[in-house]
Amino acid sequence: MQLNTLEARSLSCVRGTRLLFEDISFQIRPGEIRQVRGTNGAGKTSLLRILCGLSLPERGEVLWDGVPIDQDRARYHAQLAYLGHAPGLKLDLTARENLLFALSMQAVQEHVDIDVALERVGLDASANLVCRHLSAGQLRRVAIARLHLVSALLWILDEPFSAIDSQGVSDIETLLGTHLDAGGMVIFTSHQAIQVAQYPITTIELNS
Amino acid sequence: MMVPTLGNALVALVRRDIRLVVRHRSEIANPVLFFIIVVALFPFGVGSDPTQLALIGSGIVWVAALLATLLALEGLFRSDFEDGTLEQMVLGLHPLSALVLSKVFVHWCATGLPLLIAAPLLGILLNMSLAGQLTLLAALALGTPTLSLIGAVGMALTVGVKRGGLLLTLLVLPLYVPVLIFGASVVLAAEAGLPTAGHFYALGAMAVLALSLAPLATSAALRISLN
Repeated sequence: MQLNTLEARSLSCVRGTRLLFEDISFQIRPGEIRQVRGTNGAGKTSLLRILCGLSLPERGEVLWDGVPIDQDRARYHAQLAYLGHAPGLKLDLTARENLLFALSMQAVQEHVDIDVALERVGLDASANLVCRHLSAGQLRRVAIARLHLVSALLWILDEPFSAIDSQGVSDIETLLGTHLDAGGMVIFTSHQAIQVAQYPITTIELNS
Repeated sequence: MMVPTLGNALVALVRRDIRLVVRHRSEIANPVLFFIIVVALFPFGVGSDPTQLALIGSGIVWVAALLATLLALEGLFRSDFEDGTLEQMVLGLHPLSALVLSKVFVHWCATGLPLLIAAPLLGILLNMSLAGQLTLLAALALGTPTLSLIGAVGMALTVGVKRGGLLLTLLVLPLYVPVLIFGASVVLAAEAGLPTAGHFYALGAMAVLALSLAPLATSAALRISLN
């Protein structure tokens, strides 16, 4: 078994009485990027939550290095960065305080400089502003800034481009490119078509 | 790659929660005001006969403390659940039960500790003897952390339910009864000059049991609520 591989084996998901998707299988290795596509309500967020281990699939399993993720949570979580539907920020804290806390929960890179990360996402001027005063796009950028600092290999991103302007989108594309160059993996959902350097973006279709 | 230690993470979590409490002071004020008002209302209802008040005083204070704790529980996981920080904690490196314990600790400091500070005042209001007041304070100090820990399990189970308040009450209040029984009767025993060690042992045993089991149950319940 090759190291650092995420594998989904015939996942299916039921919400209420409705079957969202079934028999979704794929593998992702270092340097690969996947886009999950589907109409609203097709189960994109549900799939990502299953891949993280936040939700349980109706059938099927998710394996990290060939081991089911719920058997060795600590090892999987050390390599996982998840950007959820909710940005995971406290509105009563500043961007800097939010990042400081988020980084204490995750494995981080050798040289962590929160100011540099905030500058990269264009928020250096609002670093000490309480997040309640930031716009939706700026909140998203604070959440993205975390990705500049974590050392996780596998990024699972739920709508990373929502509410982000065109300059921001190309910044994130560059960030994803750098991550893939370093042997990272990305799974994301988006309705946008994006370009990440020379990397082909294969899709996982949820509409059957 | 650098891995933050569990100690660092707990310090960061405690600091964050204290900051949030400081920026949201009403969260501290509401439960303790509720506590004081409920106790102060009783003499209007049952009459102001000092001997009668002394007799039922400890029970009144305990029931009010129980309800105030219940009222305060809402603030424990709700906002973390809604803004996605709970997901980040669950997917983090550290055992969720340890994070839960430090959250409950800060929550108790913000909502349980003020009850202890207000209790002597209410003891005077209810005509308790000095021995009774001191015993009440000790019993509350031992009992209210138990209430917070048990409440955390209920809150974790109902955090995903919109308007889960009533459900939380139904789940948690029956579990509070043993603490109420020993907490209220120890004061009566002290006022009657009887030995109180047995009551305190029982309260202590419940506190230790809650301290060791509740964080595990709470973290399991949070995972279920996120599913």
